[in-house]
Amino acid sequence: MLVAENISKRFAGVTALDGVNLQLEAGKVTAIIGENGAGKSTLMKILSGVYDEYDGRILFKDQHVHFKNPREAQQAGITIIHQELNLIPYLSITENLFLGRELKNSWSILDKKAMHDKAVELLQKLKLSVNPDTLITDLKVGQQQVVEIAKALLYDAEVIIMDEPTSAISESEVEVLFGLIADLKKENKAIAYISHKLNELFKIAENYTVLRDGKTIESGEMKSIGHDELIHKMVGRDIDLVRNSNLAKEKNTLLQVDNLCLATKTKKVLQDISFNLNKGEVLGIFGLMGAGRTELTEALLGTYAGLVTGTITLDGKTVKFKSATDAINAGMALVPEDRKKDGLVLGLDVKTNISLSSLDAMQHASGLLNHKAELALAQKYIGALKIKTPSEKQIVKNLSGGNQQKIVIAKCLATNPKVLMLDEPTRGIDINAKNEIYKLIAELAASGLGIIMVSSELPEILAISDRILVMGDGRITAEFEAANATEDNILKAAIADSI
Amino acid sequence: MDTTLATYKPQLVKFQSLIALVLLCIGIALMSDKFLTVDNTWNVMRQISVNICISVGMTLVVLTAGIDLSVGSVLALCGAMTAGSLKFGIEMAGQNLFIGFTVLGAILVGLIVGGLLGLFNGWTITKFKVPPFVATLAMLTIARGLTMLWTKGFPISNLGDNFDYIGTGWFLGIPLPVWVSGVVVIAAVVITKKTALGRYIYAIGGNEHASRLSGININKVKLTVYAIAGVLAAVGGIMVTSRLDSAQPNAGMSYELDSIAAVVIGGTSLSGGRGTIMGTVLGAIIIGVLNNGLVLLNVSPFWQQVVKGGVILLAVIIDKANSKND
Repeated sequence: MLVAENISKRFAGVTALDGVNLQLEAGKVTAIIGENGAGKSTLMKILSGVYDEYDGRILFKDQHVHFKNPREAQQAGITIIHQELNLIPYLSITENLFLGRELKNSWSILDKKAMHDKAVELLQKLKLSVNPDTLITDLKVGQQQVVEIAKALLYDAEVIIMDEPTSAISESEVEVLFGLIADLKKENKAIAYISHKLNELFKIAENYTVLRDGKTIESGEMKSIGHDELIHKMVGRDIDLVRNSNLAKEKNTLLQVDNLCLATKTKKVLQDISFNLNKGEVLGIFGLMGAGRTELTEALLGTYAGLVTGTITLDGKTVKFKSATDAINAGMALVPEDRKKDGLVLGLDVKTNISLSSLDAMQHASGLLNHKAELALAQKYIGALKIKTPSEKQIVKNLSGGNQQKIVIAKCLATNPKVLMLDEPTRGIDINAKNEIYKLIAELAASGLGIIMVSSELPEILAISDRILVMGDGRITAEFEAANATEDNILKAAIADSI
Repeated sequence: MDTTLATYKPQLVKFQSLIALVLLCIGIALMSDKFLTVDNTWNVMRQISVNICISVGMTLVVLTAGIDLSVGSVLALCGAMTAGSLKFGIEMAGQNLFIGFTVLGAILVGLIVGGLLGLFNGWTITKFKVPPFVATLAMLTIARGLTMLWTKGFPISNLGDNFDYIGTGWFLGIPLPVWVSGVVVIAAVVITKKTALGRYIYAIGGNEHASRLSGININKVKLTVYAIAGVLAAVGGIMVTSRLDSAQPNAGMSYELDSIAAVVIGGTSLSGGRGTIMGTVLGAIIIGVLNNGLVLLNVSPFWQQVVKGGVILLAVIIDKANSKND
């Protein structure tokens, strides 16, 4: 049905896809498997017209196609159901289904009856027993997903791409979804199914394609491969990183976390998290998407004040953070997961971003800023972290991802932290910058900082951690010493709990 | 020809407001011989002073990605409070207590009221997460109502020569309001360029979430900024009242629009994080000169509004076109 040949895509110097091949067959589900950052989402965005610049070619029903936007792809018959649902909350099911291609009568007035009838018919087919006038916001997430599928059917889609469709829905809703997928197969639709949950894939998929580092590793039939073999294909790579573990040193507990829980009105995000961090130690935290890793780092930075219970002991003192300001003053620092959204003020310059968290120490007695001290601080870190920038006055937006990340790290280091938390510090940056950051982490640990590194890249976790915690579903599911941790047993511990 | 234009383009963009102002002045001067006289120049500057004060406060607010619609009403209330306390004093009902005020005391009353109203704006915005547009829209109405209550709907006039000196007097050959707005502008430039507060204002407007994670106390910065906007509206109110020798209950009507126009023409982004005080000052001068020129050229007041609106639109369109090229 759909063949993608030799697809490559680069983002500002980073290769996301490198000669990927993919084949989707009519009436079959093809599982797309790979770690975070392997290139799955990029590939799907190219197939569905979100990205229109790429190398390689796509054959759809033996025709060469090149979609300029999602609309063109939809009209041709390729629809994607994104991980974050794209429905308008305060419009009804019917209005969402027909958004952008409303049925009209000859007076250009909306033909509400025709749309309503068609919606009823579709929902019946999909066994969703709600009134199509219901607002999206009143539906459960699983029901919303069904509406997205209805939308795809309305487009007469022949290829349906599902990106992590079960990440937000309950067991029973998953069963309904699988029933739907079975029906779609009977109607000869080709389905691409992205998921981390391998057990699901074995239930519903006929074929698989494994991606790793932007390359196709292998394609084949699900029935001829086993669970462990598949995991091995996902991760199976060696990186040449050597870290001299400081395990020989005596252990001084720097940070102790006991029974940390974080609950919002609707969900328990973190449950009974307890661990300790020693001086000079790199503690790796691994978990799949939605495991609660990011929430843990943010909770330790005081951003969920009031929702968090449990005790945090820093340097022998029990601390309670009411805000990030408190936490930073106490010696915590966080390099957030999304540097553009949470780490940087992109429109300001390098110097201003580096000094942003430590301006209190950069003032004259008069209250005016000490520009000289600020400049010296910026220059110190530009030199120490090898930040490549034309000057400290360069607007941060214009720098590469790796250099932006170093600026966030510099901002954190400028506060003289005791504990440095890094959330996915190497996401979206090139291999050289990655290695520099690994080296930096090792140096900082050697200088006595406690380091918590969250990552979903197994080789990186293994290479630089002294100890590894695995998280799943808001809990810590396993702990490994670096010496006896392997990619396979870490991934097993992470997946076991998310099934 | 093309290459020379391209070489100078960055400079042209940087000084576009200034160039526009100069062209505007040349145009008006060619059409009216009354424009470039000493008297008219001081007159224009005196008129602009009030808008400059308000717009400086507005700029700080807008830089944090907020807005303050209440400045016109706050101006009226603070002017009236100053005039009332100066002329009649304040009587505590039932307590047999009467407080009289000197000129300085009365001015202080106005400034404090302005600061408190601004703090109230900041409090509703930070504590209850009311969007700034709504919070200050409510204050626009509240402060106007309080002005009517305080003045009972009548002007408070005949405030004495000492008080009138603020709006009409001269010092070292320059009108006093120009001194006042000059001091305000310099203070604001120092705050934005040379203090941590200024840095935080830009950072919050640029990326509030990243600023919070960087340990900046967002609420404190916002409270401060809205309080400053309130105080500066009060400064404007006192100058207006003094110049007219009268606090009018409907003073400052739609002043918020003129000040937002000055901010926008000056190149400050309404989505926050980008802009300068000096840009706003230029914007306020452009509006002032335009107002003055249109009057001198005997353009009908109706057309004046149309022209002013067109200029605001044009300024933003040019600004957008330039920032797209970056």
